[in-house]
Amino acid sequence: MAGSILGNRVLRKEDPKFLTTGGVYVDDLLDEPALHGALHVTYVRSTVAHGNITSIDTSDAVSMPGIVAVFTGKDLGLEFVPSAYNPAATRTLLATDKVRFVGEPVVAIVSETREEGEDAIDAVIIDYDVLPALIDLEEAMASTTLLYEACGSNVVFDSMVLGLPDNTGDAYFADCEVVAKGRFINQRVAPCPLEVRGAAAAWGKDGRLTQWLSTQHAQGAVAPLAATNGVDPSMVHVKTPDVGGGFGAKIGAYPEELLLGVIAKRVGTPVRWRETRSESMVGLGHGRAQLQYVTIGGKRDGTVTHYQFWAIQDSGSWVDMGTILAPFMTRPMSSGVYAIPNIECRTTSVVTNTTPTVAYRGAGRPEATAAIERAMDIFALEVGMDAVEVRRKNLIPKFLSPHTTVIGQTYDVGDYETSLNKVLEAADYKGWRAKQKAARDSGAAKQIGIGVSVYVEITGGVGNGESAKVEIQDNGHALIYTGTSPHGQGHATSWAMLANEQTGIPIENIELVWGDTDLVPIGTGTMGSRSLQQGGNAVFAVAAELVNKAKSVAARLLEASEEDIVLDKDSGSFHVAGTPAVAKTWAELALAEKQSGGLVHSDVINVSGATFPFGAHVAVVEVDVETGKVTHIAHTACDDAGKVLNPMLLEGQIHGGVAQGAAQALLEEVSYDPDGNPITSNLADYAFISAAELPSVTVVHMETPTPVNLIGAKGIGESGTIGATPAVQSAVVDAVSHFGVKHIDMPTTAEKVWAAIQSAR
Amino acid sequence: MIPAPFDYKRASSAAEAISLVGEYGEDAKFLAGGHSLLPLMKLRLAQPAVLIDIARIEDLSYIRDAGNHIAIGAMTRHMDVEKSPILAEHVPLLAFAASHVGDPQVRHRGTIGGSIAHADSASDLPATTLALGATYVVQGPNGTREIAAADFYVGFLESALAPDEMLTEIRVPKMNGATWGFQKFNRRAQDWAIVGVAAWKRGTESGVGLVNMGSVPILATSVAKAIAGGASVSDAAKLAGAEAEPQSDLNASAEYRVHLAEVLVRRALESTSK
Repeated sequence: MAGSILGNRVLRKEDPKFLTTGGVYVDDLLDEPALHGALHVTYVRSTVAHGNITSIDTSDAVSMPGIVAVFTGKDLGLEFVPSAYNPAATRTLLATDKVRFVGEPVVAIVSETREEGEDAIDAVIIDYDVLPALIDLEEAMASTTLLYEACGSNVVFDSMVLGLPDNTGDAYFADCEVVAKGRFINQRVAPCPLEVRGAAAAWGKDGRLTQWLSTQHAQGAVAPLAATNGVDPSMVHVKTPDVGGGFGAKIGAYPEELLLGVIAKRVGTPVRWRETRSESMVGLGHGRAQLQYVTIGGKRDGTVTHYQFWAIQDSGSWVDMGTILAPFMTRPMSSGVYAIPNIECRTTSVVTNTTPTVAYRGAGRPEATAAIERAMDIFALEVGMDAVEVRRKNLIPKFLSPHTTVIGQTYDVGDYETSLNKVLEAADYKGWRAKQKAARDSGAAKQIGIGVSVYVEITGGVGNGESAKVEIQDNGHALIYTGTSPHGQGHATSWAMLANEQTGIPIENIELVWGDTDLVPIGTGTMGSRSLQQGGNAVFAVAAELVNKAKSVAARLLEASEEDIVLDKDSGSFHVAGTPAVAKTWAELALAEKQSGGLVHSDVINVSGATFPFGAHVAVVEVDVETGKVTHIAHTACDDAGKVLNPMLLEGQIHGGVAQGAAQALLEEVSYDPDGNPITSNLADYAFISAAELPSVTVVHMETPTPVNLIGAKGIGESGTIGATPAVQSAVVDAVSHFGVKHIDMPTTAEKVWAAIQSAR
Repeated sequence: MIPAPFDYKRASSAAEAISLVGEYGEDAKFLAGGHSLLPLMKLRLAQPAVLIDIARIEDLSYIRDAGNHIAIGAMTRHMDVEKSPILAEHVPLLAFAASHVGDPQVRHRGTIGGSIAHADSASDLPATTLALGATYVVQGPNGTREIAAADFYVGFLESALAPDEMLTEIRVPKMNGATWGFQKFNRRAQDWAIVGVAAWKRGTESGVGLVNMGSVPILATSVAKAIAGGASVSDAAKLAGAEAEPQSDLNASAEYRVHLAEVLVRRALESTSK
């Protein structure tokens, strides 16, 4: 018998399509019969960051060529809906009373073509009574101008409302020999999926709404769609075509998407909507956006004894998911990989007149890691020790049974020092330090910087299991139904590998069904690096159970005892042990069961908890000290995601994650002018990273399986952004530390680096 | 990201293009490679009523040795400038600068004439041809005239071209024997320069053009004068900002731009490429 397929570099089943004919995205559904004659929706967006709407005049727009209807929120009878995270904050899905960010949808235009809709935007006259724009977080905290009067403050969430203590200030560090303080900006970034948002809606004769959505979680969209459209959830059918990336920003459904059913009902025609890139840069949720105050204290020998962290989270203009990432993702991970006996962490979430923040690859954990890793660096500088040695001294020792940190988070398994040792060796850390010394001694314009991070993160923290169904078709092929939702990860390949392992059915004969709420009603989607450990785990368990079912059918047909039936995975057939000549194939068994409901098994398989992947990264940069220009020249990553299903897919996740992590460290930042106008709303101004700015990434493999699921897998989707960002930032600071530079905020642009050198000199 | 409505006309010769622009006047814009104009139209910052497509005028795409200068047809693609053996031999600075325009897709569509006529101080080729002392040939209803590069750039995205004139040829003096350098400082490989420098030097003779150091491409005459007066490159480079009027924007402060110009001019003039 051939060996297990698991752990092999199986090529992606989905690639031939994506690389030849291409995916079929929402905007490609031109032949969809239910969307025949669909009209186009274009949203008129607020051009002011903060203001009361005094009047809206749509009369000119409605008479323009091809314009079918123009709706304000009042025209549609929209009601105020509360935020799930702070019910005092309410809004209408089209702004009716006030606008809170540039880009907020105010009016919906329905037109025969997209171009006609775009042309009509300027004909809609919206008058505003402009209010002060609050862009700066600390200014917003202190301001008496409120985004949501009913909240009584621009602080819309605080860890203290959960009953958690406030930080105690400098007194906390009274017994410390060494104390270092930092104020770090974990800047606002834009997720920038290749496919921007798009959706379409059509009402059936049966009164059901079909909504096509570019989403990471179709099942999660059903309830808000039902609520917006005033129908029972059973009357909503969400379908997900191919999705060109999400990075967390496509988890929730947005106003522009939720309103399409309401608009379709009003005009009596299906409608479709697809934003432009410029709209996407302001309308799709942003990520990160934390201001961090840290104080770290300990002994002269490098032992850290106290850590105090205040995370001020920018929620943007709506109390969306970004609001709760700080208390529920950043705070629990504040201890990082270190055994720090005293930790205080408070989080405060603040609304500002900017695009709402949501989950973005890492979602709260990169922020926690950045804070503690920068803190370790400034502590190392203060005690005058190598940053690696300070880390090593404070690491939590290897543990293979659960470990709980002082902040109260329990990790499954961890072996941080091994990952650190592996990455230092693979990266030739000592060799780079020697090159750095040579460059410093020569006084050359090009200096070398080396940054090291050690991290632990939380994956599979969303949901406690997942649904799976495996169904054998007449021809012996298998259909897998999954509640997870691929948008680039490679689920079709991975889930086929897992089913193949159990059933012996060749992976080319296994197809995946997902993202259709009629076909897969139960699902938690793809987010938080949960897919394999929950969705894949469910497929693995359900396929195993289906094999048992098949054995009982085979026993009946072969007139044998069930215990004597074996599955020959090479041939994909069942026979009595010892007599392989008389066998039943999957197709024959499926046919035999056709009259009694088919050969199929479905279940929801729970897992016992989240997992905590960990690892260490080494980044090397070259800094031109005359100009401040940074070039990322080498990157080595050791990420332990437990048992690896497909090393090629794992490496792809690490490469992409490192790219996005380096992008935050070096280049990307969403910026506003003082009036709240976005000044990075296209990909020329927003410095989205490209391959030319990145080195090849060296991936070091390490596997410490988790006991919490059947396959021993942890998540890998976000680790790259978590480990890479602080390593790259630290490398930049390290390159110029001999001038006396101790910290440079992200993104470490050339001008910031140059200015840091000038002021340190 | 969707342009306003416009009419589209295609010209098959320079004469036809000029006659069409005469007909439509200031509402018309020439469309060459489209890589400067179309992004502005998509953002609705430009809303021409008529586009006159000149991209198919084939007799405007050439690179010829014309004795003491090289003649380049206005519709020559950046990629052809980059790969030209004639330019490699006689004006390598221009070929090298062209290899830094945008990305390969842009270079296969965009044209040298389109870039110069657009007169964007942040583009690489206006400042480079300025440094090289180029002459531009323009054609109008009453025939052709020549405009020195130094007289061509009159304001932000504004040139000495009359509305009914079309740039047809770029004449670049041969620079054999000169050392040269091109320094493009940007965030990402495909970005416009935050600051760019095109420079050449032959003995005490030199030319230095600055990219994105003001509303027009800048000829750094003080640097050239200092070199002519016997100053060292590093001393001369300190005068890089003398003619510049840089803006502060998202990517750099004016002060930092001046600093960059000084460093990059020094490096460009110290270059030993020939």
